[in-house]
Amino acid sequence: MANLGVAGEDETDPFHDWRTGVPQDPARYGLNIAYEAIDRHVATGYGAEEAIRWLGKDDSRRSFSYSDLQDMTGRVASVLQSHGLEPGDSVFALMGRVPELYATALGTLRAGMVFTPLFSAFGPEPIRTRMEIGGAAALVTTAALYKRKIAPWRDEIDTLKLVLIVGDDAPEGCVALGPAMAAARADTPPVETSPDDPALIHFTSGTTGKPKGAVHVHGAVVYHAVSGRNALDLAPGTIYWCTADPGWVTGTSYGIISPLVNRVTMIVDEAEFDLDRWYETIGREGVEVWYSAPTAIRMMMRAGAEAAAAYDFSSLRFLASVGEPLNPEAVVWSEEVFGQPFHDNWWQTETGGIMIANRPGMEVKPGSMGKPMPGVEAAIVEPGEGMVTLLPDGEVGELALRPGWPSMMRAYLHEKARYDKCFVGGWYLSGDLAMRDADGYFWFVGRADDLIKTSGHLIGPFEVESALIEHEAVAEAGVIGVPDETAGEIVKAFVTLNPGREASDALERDIRGHARKRLGAAVAPREIVFRKTLPKTRSGKIMRRLLKARELGLPEGDISTLETDET
Amino acid sequence: MTDDDIRALFLEELARIAPDIDPGTVGGGDHIQDDLELDSMDVLNLVTALHARTGIDIPEPDYPQIETADKAVAYLSRALA
Repeated sequence: MANLGVAGEDETDPFHDWRTGVPQDPARYGLNIAYEAIDRHVATGYGAEEAIRWLGKDDSRRSFSYSDLQDMTGRVASVLQSHGLEPGDSVFALMGRVPELYATALGTLRAGMVFTPLFSAFGPEPIRTRMEIGGAAALVTTAALYKRKIAPWRDEIDTLKLVLIVGDDAPEGCVALGPAMAAARADTPPVETSPDDPALIHFTSGTTGKPKGAVHVHGAVVYHAVSGRNALDLAPGTIYWCTADPGWVTGTSYGIISPLVNRVTMIVDEAEFDLDRWYETIGREGVEVWYSAPTAIRMMMRAGAEAAAAYDFSSLRFLASVGEPLNPEAVVWSEEVFGQPFHDNWWQTETGGIMIANRPGMEVKPGSMGKPMPGVEAAIVEPGEGMVTLLPDGEVGELALRPGWPSMMRAYLHEKARYDKCFVGGWYLSGDLAMRDADGYFWFVGRADDLIKTSGHLIGPFEVESALIEHEAVAEAGVIGVPDETAGEIVKAFVTLNPGREASDALERDIRGHARKRLGAAVAPREIVFRKTLPKTRSGKIMRRLLKARELGLPEGDISTLETDET
Repeated sequence: MTDDDIRALFLEELARIAPDIDPGTVGGGDHIQDDLELDSMDVLNLVTALHARTGIDIPEPDYPQIETADKAVAYLSRALA
């Protein structure tokens, strides 16, 4: 299969006409992310280069070349096909950062199926909701996660045909991935998907209603390739470490696709954040480009410069951060400790790739998200009825982008109305409030809606409230984000109780325990307070905005719709 | 404080931060993140709570030393000695 290449610098690249530089016709040859990330390198003689350097929790290590990845993803694709799955079918992954996760992601894409990664720390409730909305045909997970989070309701997902379990054994009704891969054909060719065929669905939270499945297409790979170079300084052979989990969009776009398309060697660490382990990894592996998140950076700052003094950071060439605004102190601190400042950048699940960035070579303005990427047009707007007003520099408004970049989401799954609402007057509205300064740098101000940004993850209050009111003692719940030094924001809940129930510490813990079981630690509230009533509008909607303003001691704003107040 | 007191205190704070955990079922070797599913914010909160209860300052590089109840008891009892 030939393909639309995004490289094409040398004569051995079969995807461009090397005499004219003209790409081959994608309509004729297809465009598949797995091909761009793996096969293209193997075909041009780079198969032996190291693609993934995997560091296990137990300090074991494994190395996978691009040829190894071709073999593994060919086998995964073949396993999926042999169980009757077809192009377009939805494949979910729920596991930690083990090699099989990467094989599953790219094997699914190779087979022309649609990949959805889920964060393994999610509780059963968020997993189930997402698998229902996504119409999961297959799930790839581990035996432990399956038993704990999936088995009790697995039969209720009627689209689900296949559950693959990492390793050599599988519980009843599941298939062990290890032996299945060993028996499968390794040379499965990539399906010739078109640039507009769905490749990935990433779920993102809404303020109301269920999570939204943002659909991304194979054509997005063009932007993953170019933004990896422009925003992260990736080049063939770069030793690159993205610390994000593929359960979130950063860990897929820049933790799988962009680095592999750019033929880097990527470090994958199975373990969670551990200060000494991280510092040691940079020196030992010779990490050159490091993409991390503000929560981790602030944890490093807490430990102080002394904790970093014994380590070697001389390999580092470029540092970037995403997830929530990086505070100016962290930028200055990183320059002192690592010899390089962290470069903040901004994007969302919906944008599929980095849109605004402090790019390599640009002057970093600490606290700013940077300037729009080449080809990206951004503005600060005031949305109106079917149109937007562009705001001048220095004014706060909604951050908007001109639609049309290759990695833009193409739909919210089964939710056309919600998708259409994102586009007004020829602009995509991000839901983030920001301002642009006179030098063209953008500055994050806050969310335009009630979504909570905690440890770099976007959490919808509705999903948390829904889990809370399932507790037998809880009548109503209102959930907000409150500022936190390390996490940016933490989730806090205000609840009212059913008649006959008394507020107590024991009950608070019982409700929090219930929420953690349902939602997982990352999503459940860290704090719950009791109220007799919650502030509500005439239509009975809980006014989270008012709860938040009071919590933070801010002006209450327009309260003309307030019907019953908080007590 | 005896080792048993320290263990009880550790489990009590653990269950306060993560009330989905039944302290009676926590094994001495259970990893607080891998087995008991605490996230990194929970770990920070646990460190803060242990500091408030014992006065022991647990610096970031020492966090792996409280990753199981057994390790935490050994670490805290050394610090208290």
